[in-house]
Amino acid sequence: MNLFRNVVFVAAIAGLVAGVVLACMQAYATVPLILKAEVYEKAGGGHQHEHAAAPANAAGGNAMSSAAPAANSMSAATPASAEAAAPAEDEGWAPADGLERFAFSVLANIVTGIGFALVLVAVSEFAGGIGNWRQGVFWGLAGFAVFTLAPGLGLPPELPAMPAADLMQRQVWWWATVLATSAGLSLIAFRKSLPLAILGVLLIVAPHIVGAPQPDSFETPIPEGLHHQFVVAVTVTNLVFWLVLGAIVGVVRGRVTGTATSLRDSFA
Amino acid sequence: MTTASISLGASVSSQSRFMQLALAALLGIFVVGVVGFSHIDAVHNAAHDYRHSMAFPCH
Repeated sequence: MNLFRNVVFVAAIAGLVAGVVLACMQAYATVPLILKAEVYEKAGGGHQHEHAAAPANAAGGNAMSSAAPAANSMSAATPASAEAAAPAEDEGWAPADGLERFAFSVLANIVTGIGFALVLVAVSEFAGGIGNWRQGVFWGLAGFAVFTLAPGLGLPPELPAMPAADLMQRQVWWWATVLATSAGLSLIAFRKSLPLAILGVLLIVAPHIVGAPQPDSFETPIPEGLHHQFVVAVTVTNLVFWLVLGAIVGVVRGRVTGTATSLRDSFA
Repeated sequence: MTTASISLGASVSSQSRFMQLALAALLGIFVVGVVGFSHIDAVHNAAHDYRHSMAFPCH
């Protein structure tokens, strides 16, 4: 399992770095907009969480609200105290606002950064591997197209309090689009055949002909300008994430394979 | 494995190579799936800002 170990090793380093970079970018670019939207969400009285229980609870206190005093931020390290901070919260445990909430976002970024890196490294190994940082940038562009651009066309980044179709249906469409786009791109990139390239284009287009699940009504208290800002912020931060991820995979992989040939097999 | 194509795991059979890479990719998809797509409330709440910031279907 040397190969597996090496893939995990490269992915762990690249995912860690790119995840931290993404978390920092989100802290400045996207999270402030989410907090703003939650003010509208509370003011509107409607909590759009699909799993929100009774409407009576919707307007009540909410652990995820930005309006909650920052005093909560340092106090709650346990689920019990988080619940104490928001007695009206009925959606299960949630991190307390402030540091704890930010810490969980950073953790999510790093863990999924490594997850995306595993996919990127494994898939690129099938195609011969990412040899250097420049190749990594192009692989990163592909990852951005597959995981952000294509699903984002049908399901644009959404803020809290924005209407959306059934969660399960959207998740299925999201994954199907990722799958079709990646298959389409690899047919175009790695098969030197015109019919297969045409098939690749069809695969990329198909999810958008089927169409993403849409809500019945687009009415929302969120201002159009705020949402547009958010779409731009999400798209650009994800672009940088994927470019950084690809480039670092290229650099780290170069170090692993670039050492003495004997190391190649015994590494890690 | 020729010298021209430097690989992360030289001298493994192509079948083993396929299995290991597929395993790594599946592990990555599993990780992203749990953090970004799980319906468990606590997981959703913990990664709430992350899910919105990644444009994952949320709520």
